[in-house]
Amino acid sequence: MDNFGSDFPSGSSGKMDTGTIMEQVKVQIAVANAQELLQRMTDKCFKKCIGKPGSTLDNSEQKCIAMCMDRYMDAWNTVSRTYNSRLQRERARI
Amino acid sequence: MADFGSSFDMPSSSSSETADAAELQRLIAVEQQKAQFQAQVHNFTDVCWDKCMPDKPSSKLDSRTETCLASCVERFIDTTLSITNRFTQMVQKGAH
Repeated sequence: MDNFGSDFPSGSSGKMDTGTIMEQVKVQIAVANAQELLQRMTDKCFKKCIGKPGSTLDNSEQKCIAMCMDRYMDAWNTVSRTYNSRLQRERARI
Repeated sequence: MADFGSSFDMPSSSSSETADAAELQRLIAVEQQKAQFQAQVHNFTDVCWDKCMPDKPSSKLDSRTETCLASCVERFIDTTLSITNRFTQMVQKGAH
């Protein structure tokens, strides 16, 4: 992620609007998060679904990849819920 | 994941600009915390997928797998805490 200064219209006062900056920050974080998700998902699903690489992805491999993607996102959500609960439990103890 | 750094050098010639900078810093710190949470979820999912998912992807997550994933997260955190605590003791005793 680069410096934010060059991405924003500054207006005549030269001040950057907090709201605009925060919108861009959130978008950039969301994009990075999606990229991370896709990279890890691709790694896992390639390992699971592609045996000896052929000259194309055949139908069974395509179906496997699709199912694997769904399961990966299910797993991600389960992990997210569990981690969130654990954090709340730990905070309640303090 | 981005490193926003802990300091935000903004010119503040007036008190309202200083307040803006402080507010921005606070808002960014909140987003940074959320991003760290997401990063951890990616890590846990990576590790726990290998531990818990059956060889053939299924049409939905069965309850055994769900339980495994949840336990995996909890035990991984417990392991991290164990290691941190014991390592701290080791360092305090002068071992490396």
